[in-house]
Amino acid sequence: MSQQRKAVALISGGLDSLLAARVMLEQGIHVEGINFFTGFCVEGHTHAIRKQDKSKAKRNNALWSAEQLGIKLHIIDIVEEYKDVLINPKHGYGKNMNPCLDCKIFMVNKAKQWAEENGFDFIITGEVVGQRPMSQRKETMPVVSRESGADDRLLRPLCAQNLPETLPEKEGWVKRDGLFGFSGRNRKPQMELARKYGFEDYAKPAGGCCFLTDESYSAKLVDLWDARGSREYEMDDIMLLKVGRHIRPAPHYKLIIGREDGENKFLQGYKNNYITFKTMDCPGPLTLLDGVASDKDLELAAQISARFSQGRDKDSVTIEARRTNGDTTTLVVKPMPASEVNPEWYV
Amino acid sequence: MAHFELDARRMFCPMPVIRAQDKIKELQVGDTLEIVATDPGVLNDIPAWSRINGHKVLETREADDEVFVLVEVCDT
Repeated sequence: MSQQRKAVALISGGLDSLLAARVMLEQGIHVEGINFFTGFCVEGHTHAIRKQDKSKAKRNNALWSAEQLGIKLHIIDIVEEYKDVLINPKHGYGKNMNPCLDCKIFMVNKAKQWAEENGFDFIITGEVVGQRPMSQRKETMPVVSRESGADDRLLRPLCAQNLPETLPEKEGWVKRDGLFGFSGRNRKPQMELARKYGFEDYAKPAGGCCFLTDESYSAKLVDLWDARGSREYEMDDIMLLKVGRHIRPAPHYKLIIGREDGENKFLQGYKNNYITFKTMDCPGPLTLLDGVASDKDLELAAQISARFSQGRDKDSVTIEARRTNGDTTTLVVKPMPASEVNPEWYV
Repeated sequence: MAHFELDARRMFCPMPVIRAQDKIKELQVGDTLEIVATDPGVLNDIPAWSRINGHKVLETREADDEVFVLVEVCDT
């Protein structure tokens, strides 16, 4: 009896990686999933922060995929190592701050290391030739294989028939005619395959699964780096970029203004790291000030914060400014009229 | 058999799952781990992770804006 071969599947939580793993299971391969957490993953965080989303049933789509497949899933924290991928991408950025090609190379390399440490024979991904403008083009497929070090141990079951034979095919571990030749951005073949396998409630993220592909998020990240004069970040920085309105009235400070109760509560957790503002005589947002601020800056910040409170049409609003050491100052300010909030301040 | 606790407060999913996964690797079959978190997503994600990885959820509960999940480590 021949030895059962083992594949580690990159599971994003989307349809393609789900199908790729399913195709391998059908060929009798032992499959386990691996999912990487960069800190920029869309799912989870905003659901957890925003109150209005809390009533919706939440699920982690990578875990959901693994459960549908009946395979184990290993979730790996790569937040620290990922910084170098984002800050110094050899192949550059996509439309926004998304280093998609370097990201894919990095993740396949990590999966290769994991496979070697755990006695797995090859790696599979849900990539499809021509599906993504940066990382999933015919020209970049061999780049990912080569630069990740996976070489011919990287198999893409959904488009393998468009690519040279890989080791699992050459060795007869998998049958090439049981793989697919999908290409391009048309999702119909995948949807048809999903129907065949009985997958119905799979994730369909409208804007992808990474905040770095988002124009608004990328602008906030660039602003953060510009303001600090350094392309560095910590986990709290990238979390805060997902939350609230970001308004920069001056180069040396930025305001992060909660948009609803869930965000206000989340921002409250940073009161010992940032100056905070809250309205005292009417409901209003919790505002953080990131940077250094003079008394004049505090006054302006309070006026802007009051503009987003329910007292925006009042003659004055009382705001408590709290410094990180717990000292507080009470400011009575006139809310800034909408017309005076410079549109260029919005990050 | 021993009981352990994991403080995952102020972490957002999937970090509590990652921390629980890494902790459970260090434990023995029959040990129990209670994960305390503030992200309600933990109530779905830890049970899902436990099901697919062959561990047993003994209890889930919520109190005072915190969630608790008790997992028994099984032989996988």
